[in-house]
Amino acid sequence: MADKYRFLSELLRKEEAAILDKWLELQQVALAGRRDQVSVKDDVETSRSFLHGFGKALAATRELDLSSSGWADLRQTLEQIAITRATRGFGPLETAMLIFSLKQPVFEAIRRSLSSKPEELASEIWNATEILDRLGLFVTEVHQKGREELIRKQQQEMLELSTPVVRLWEGVLALPLIGTLDSARTQVVMESLLHQIVSTGASIAIIDITGVPTVDTLVAQHLLKTVAAARLMGADCIISGIRPQIAQTIVHLGVELTAVITKATLADAFAIALQRQNLAVVRVQKNPPAAG
Amino acid sequence: MATLRSEIAGIVTSEDIVRVRHMVRDAAVRLSFSLVDQTKIVTAASELARNTLEYGGGGTVRIDELADHGRLGLQLIFEDRGPGIADLNQAMQDGFTSGSGLGLGLGGAKRLCNEFEIQSKPGEGTRVRVARWK
Ligand SMILES: Nc1ncnc2c1ncn2[C@@H]1O[C@H](COP(=O)(O)OP(=O)(O)O)[C@@H](O)[C@H]1O
Ligand SMILES: [Mg+2]
Repeated sequence: MADKYRFLSELLRKEEAAILDKWLELQQVALAGRRDQVSVKDDVETSRSFLHGFGKALAATRELDLSSSGWADLRQTLEQIAITRATRGFGPLETAMLIFSLKQPVFEAIRRSLSSKPEELASEIWNATEILDRLGLFVTEVHQKGREELIRKQQQEMLELSTPVVRLWEGVLALPLIGTLDSARTQVVMESLLHQIVSTGASIAIIDITGVPTVDTLVAQHLLKTVAAARLMGADCIISGIRPQIAQTIVHLGVELTAVITKATLADAFAIALQRQNLAVVRVQKNPPAAG
Repeated sequence: MATLRSEIAGIVTSEDIVRVRHMVRDAAVRLSFSLVDQTKIVTAASELARNTLEYGGGGTVRIDELADHGRLGLQLIFEDRGPGIADLNQAMQDGFTSGSGLGLGLGGAKRLCNEFEIQSKPGEGTRVRVARWK
């Protein structure tokens, strides 16, 4: 079936301006409430480059296989559109509608040029429907992936935010760990601690694991590595918040924490840290109110 | 011996390890394990699930809540179709690792549970069964 899409590609080339005009008009109606989200200029530019790429892709291919190389440029344009929209809070349906709303202007253009040939008209309309449906689904899929990616990123950022390195005192940092300490997160947390040690010149870092539900050998290994790395940077670590059940479990696992100072609570660890800095917390003696 | 409840979970990603820990913790709570016992079996599960994923290339765990003459227990069976373990004695040794771990997972899991059984055939896979009784 040679040149199945020749008619459409030529139509798009000839009628690009008219189709674009009508398409933008329809988009404007659809996005009436969301003008704030994508600037009009953006719309015009992306729509124009999409239409252009669409015509080119149709001219270059004979099959409707979006993964083939002839469609690569258009795919990229669509991906950009979808990701931009996903990031700006559009729903997948709205993004799909962008493509589906192209049907009306394209069908109109087909009708204008084939009004005297009903059979060709029907078959070209079918061709156009098939392609636009496919592109609409593609863009929906990319949109969905874009949203998932966005959510993953936000979660990642939240993880980083939820593990602040707190400066308790001159030279004393605290790192309260909360949540699961597996995988990617541990790396991030530990690196940010080491970074802070360097940038603040701290000499004592307290790693508090009160909020870590499970301490297995992987977590222990991460802790030990961090302690060792901190030491190389001139800071001693104290691990605090080791609850009794965790302490017992660590012993059964056979993990040696003897080289590390451990304390039951963050307060205990802080007291040790102050002591090491030759500092003490004293109660202020208030003068009794002067008599009458 | 009666099985009060049984669940199977896949271990294919590292998030699955977290999920398995939660499932085991929930089961231990249902059996009203003490906090120490909960922590022990959850930690053992974490070690074995990670081995299943890391060395076994993924697999499954079956979580059985058991009652034996009025005694309640939790049994975990980890299975994978990975490369298996050629030398079990070596693998069980504290400090031995073929990866970059501490080499304390298998020995640790054994010490954290009342029952421990490991079967493995090179080229066929590995099966580890542990149980902890109240
Ligand atoms: N499911 C498994 N499949 C294949 N090999 C395993 C499996 N579980 C454990 N092993 C082997 O046993 C060794 C010791 O395991 P473990 O005690 O958990 O220590 P680590 O995980 O730190 O290496 C592993 O390094 C690995 O070679
Ligand atoms: Mg292990």
